[in-house]
Amino acid sequence: MLEVSLRQPLDGFTLDLSFEAPAGVTVLFGGSGAGKTAVINAVAGLRRPESGRVALNGRVLFDLGKGLWVPPHRRRLGYIFQEARLFPHLTVRQNLLFGRWFAPRGAVREDLDRIVTMLGIGALMQRHPVALSGGEKQRVAIGRALLSSPDLILADEPLAALDEARKEEILPYFERLRDELKVPMLYVSHSAAEVARLATSVVVLKDGQVQRQGNAAEVFGDDRVMPTGVRAAGALLEARLLRHHPDGLSELDAGGVSLFLPQVQQAPGSLLRVRILAQDVILSRHRPEGLSALNILPAEVEQIRSGSGPGAMVSLKTDAGRVLARITRRSAQALELSCGTPCYAVVKSVAIARSDVGGAVPVDD
Amino acid sequence: MSWLGPEEWQAVALSLKVSIWASLVTLPFGIFTAYALARWQFPGKQLINGLVHLPLILPPVVTGYLLLLTFGPQAGLGGFLQQFGMSFAFRWTGAALAAAIMGFPLMVRAIRLSIEAVDPKLEQAAATLGANPFWAFVTVTLPLILPGILAGVILAFAKAMGEFGATITFVSNIPGQTQTLPSAIYAFLQVPGGESAALRLVGISVAVAMGALILSEVLARRAARRLGGL
Repeated sequence: MLEVSLRQPLDGFTLDLSFEAPAGVTVLFGGSGAGKTAVINAVAGLRRPESGRVALNGRVLFDLGKGLWVPPHRRRLGYIFQEARLFPHLTVRQNLLFGRWFAPRGAVREDLDRIVTMLGIGALMQRHPVALSGGEKQRVAIGRALLSSPDLILADEPLAALDEARKEEILPYFERLRDELKVPMLYVSHSAAEVARLATSVVVLKDGQVQRQGNAAEVFGDDRVMPTGVRAAGALLEARLLRHHPDGLSELDAGGVSLFLPQVQQAPGSLLRVRILAQDVILSRHRPEGLSALNILPAEVEQIRSGSGPGAMVSLKTDAGRVLARITRRSAQALELSCGTPCYAVVKSVAIARSDVGGAVPVDD
Repeated sequence: MSWLGPEEWQAVALSLKVSIWASLVTLPFGIFTAYALARWQFPGKQLINGLVHLPLILPPVVTGYLLLLTFGPQAGLGGFLQQFGMSFAFRWTGAALAAAIMGFPLMVRAIRLSIEAVDPKLEQAAATLGANPFWAFVTVTLPLILPGILAGVILAFAKAMGEFGATITFVSNIPGQTQTLPSAIYAFLQVPGGESAALRLVGISVAVAMGALILSEVLARRAARRLGGL
């Protein structure tokens, strides 16, 4: 468990927050300039805040009230930077083993071969970073951080410098860190899609303050705290992959409800996390017929929220879990929606992008 | 080297000795000063920077005279060092000191530029992997600035080979003791019939300078290749 409390004046606002990160992946989520990087750099020891205290599993990394400051090289944290920061004069192999030279005697050693296999970088070992692609560099950077036997992995927008295809290439590796190696991680991101895929718990930052903290599904159900705007709001459903159909669809079971998605890569039986954007959900009072959309979920209105704009956010209870629908206020009135109204949530299969589907976070871990 | 007279040969050998000592002994100080100026913020940084560069802009005769005032046998520091057997006045060590002081700014400039070209974020990355500042420097920064260090050493060496004003002011022009290549050329030109000897020494000067340049190019290119085409 990571305990953080910090105070530091930044440009135009003051970072002033405290939060606790449980095991698993905790994402610091916020728009640019929210203070995310300042937090992670203070935890890493790269930047000294004005005041504050950070402790990891009871080990105090700094407590400026007591004048305690552990220098970064003794914190045993693996940092994955946005721009890989591989050492250009060393080969991939030497980069990977760099942290091992400095690891304390008796530290638990991650097995080099295992990490190399997991990251698929075996063929790159003798190359220098200059001969690697952006995605390859970032995979090596992940391995380098892991192999330094860290107590916690820090990742500062590690995908932000990559194009969409490369992001899709790297994200699964972070899921594997979370699910297979079970490395605790503090991950900074401004991308709702990444957070939805990776987060066990989310800390939403705005102007240097914690705006909301909680498990991923809860936070994503609250469009008001979405730093990237209401378009990123949506529900996270956990579902088990049942089978792949020959027509290119995958069938999932979410709490007894069948969901049809464009084919996913995982094997049948695996647990998946599916993000359904609120703006992709259509509501109907009656079970629609003769409709092209494949996913029709019986639902009950839980809450309707609207502001001065034309939109309304409808929160729905379904057997698959909570689903959000963003519709117009006009439609909400026309459908006479209110709390408890039964209705149907309609989601087009093709509206669910492959980047919205990822390995699920084991619930009790 | 039968085509060189003993006096000429002496001057060449002395110059090589003086220059090699001057450029190698100052190297650790040069790296440290360059690193401090490139990376650290401290009070009086501009003053240190100015002092380091002073020999570059002062008339060499002034630098030589200041050295004489500081390290001469009558001077406080010179007398103090003499107790430990370190004497500079009118000895080759003095010539080496003068050459070192004159070459120092060139060495620091070259190394500092190369340090500034190394992203400090790499040192941060090394720190997060467990390397303390010393080891981060040795394992990351030092290999990356190797071409700059080579350039600095060669520049300081070349400057030492050519140093004249400060040397002749500080340690005079004693054959076999302090008569370096340029001093010897100067001396030969002062006597009738010395032109041919002077010309031979000029040829050697040019050859050594060219050799140093080519060597630095080759070494820098090899270092760059090792860094993977950086």
